[in-house]
Amino acid sequence: MAQMDKRVRIAKRVAEELHDGDVVNLGIGMPTLVANYLSHGVSIVLHSENGFLGIGPEPQSELADKDLVNAGGKPVTIQENGCCFDSAMSFAIIRGGHVDTTVLGALEVDEQGNLANWMVPGKRISGMGGAMDLVVGAKKIIIAMEHNNKDGTAKIVKQCSLPLTAQAEVDLIITDMAVIAVQKDGLHLIEIAEGTTLEEVVAATGAQLIFSEDNIRIF
Amino acid sequence: MVKICTANEAVKDISEGMCIMIGGFLGVGTPDGLVQALVEKGTKNLTVITNDSAYPGVGVGKLQDSKQMSTLYTSYIGGHPESGRCMEEGALKIVLTPQGTLAEQIRAGGSGLGGVLTPTGVGTVVEEGKSKIVVADKTYLLEEPLKADFALLKAYKADCHGNLIYRFSARNFNPLMAMAAKNVIVEVEEVVAAGAIEPDNVITPGIFVDLLVKGR
Repeated sequence: MAQMDKRVRIAKRVAEELHDGDVVNLGIGMPTLVANYLSHGVSIVLHSENGFLGIGPEPQSELADKDLVNAGGKPVTIQENGCCFDSAMSFAIIRGGHVDTTVLGALEVDEQGNLANWMVPGKRISGMGGAMDLVVGAKKIIIAMEHNNKDGTAKIVKQCSLPLTAQAEVDLIITDMAVIAVQKDGLHLIEIAEGTTLEEVVAATGAQLIFSEDNIRIF
Repeated sequence: MVKICTANEAVKDISEGMCIMIGGFLGVGTPDGLVQALVEKGTKNLTVITNDSAYPGVGVGKLQDSKQMSTLYTSYIGGHPESGRCMEEGALKIVLTPQGTLAEQIRAGGSGLGGVLTPTGVGTVVEEGKSKIVVADKTYLLEEPLKADFALLKAYKADCHGNLIYRFSARNFNPLMAMAAKNVIVEVEEVVAAGAIEPDNVITPGIFVDLLVKGR
């Protein structure tokens, strides 16, 4: 499957998890695509950690406002229900549990719901930005990512080997191959992607998957 | 009345080894004129507290380009490759802090608090060397307050008493830093008459502001 098709498939499936009125923070990159695939009648409030609620679509370049960017520094608009605030309020909204769902990418996720997505030892460091606060604070953490690394190695593993972003906070993993719920007893495979077999998903996953074949849905 | 001066005059008392807070998020809400004046002044060995090192040639990134910092407290250096390189070489000490923690450390510094307790960073490298405190069965890290000698800030408008309002996402860390530094210099796009900003609309009270500079 082409790279773009994979990303769209993941974004569409993540969008199904969002409910009307939810306050949502979408991470930089593929998670931002999710906003394009919301179900009919679902309207969400997007939170931008640099200090506002109500992110609107990207403006035409001549209409870009120098003071209005998203957390990736890209020009955006603000919707009519929007409001602006400082960074302490922004992270009070995050840490205080006022964000319903955050969607982020990952380098590794493990059986305990630990997440590593901010640094690789030996590679140039970028910093965690707001990721650690988001993962600790939002009510539901969805990891949206390709199932495997480009070299084919697993991103869903028994135990993270990379430095953690947060401990035991991930709720749901949505990939181009599967939907996996993180529960106390481990990783529950609940859906597999159309055109993918159960064997392929199991082989591509570096962690134990809990499932009963009869209950797996296709997405 | 708050004194209005040029950017070059405003930064004249910043000297080697001082600690400076600078507002902005990837350059948005950074006082470009004040940063440029500090670059021209060439003061070295600065400790800078700021959300990110922006990009080469942009915002706080200019102080990275000119190598005027010896220590940087920040949450993100991914936009400026030199920050990471200088950190690896040991030429720049970088204290990477989760963004929400950095905001609260600054707020605490300006609010007379001895720190904040946050769950962010528990079980990660961020907890190294910090006290852990359990409150109602939940573990928190004690994060100490941050203060500075100077804050270089950007606001949209000031009235002549220094009351400030901001625009959109250019607010970010500016109101927090206004409380946490001994000397607060604010670059504004416009200075308006007393009363032109409704008291209810003031975001940063003028009592925090020492000097105003007119910028873009």
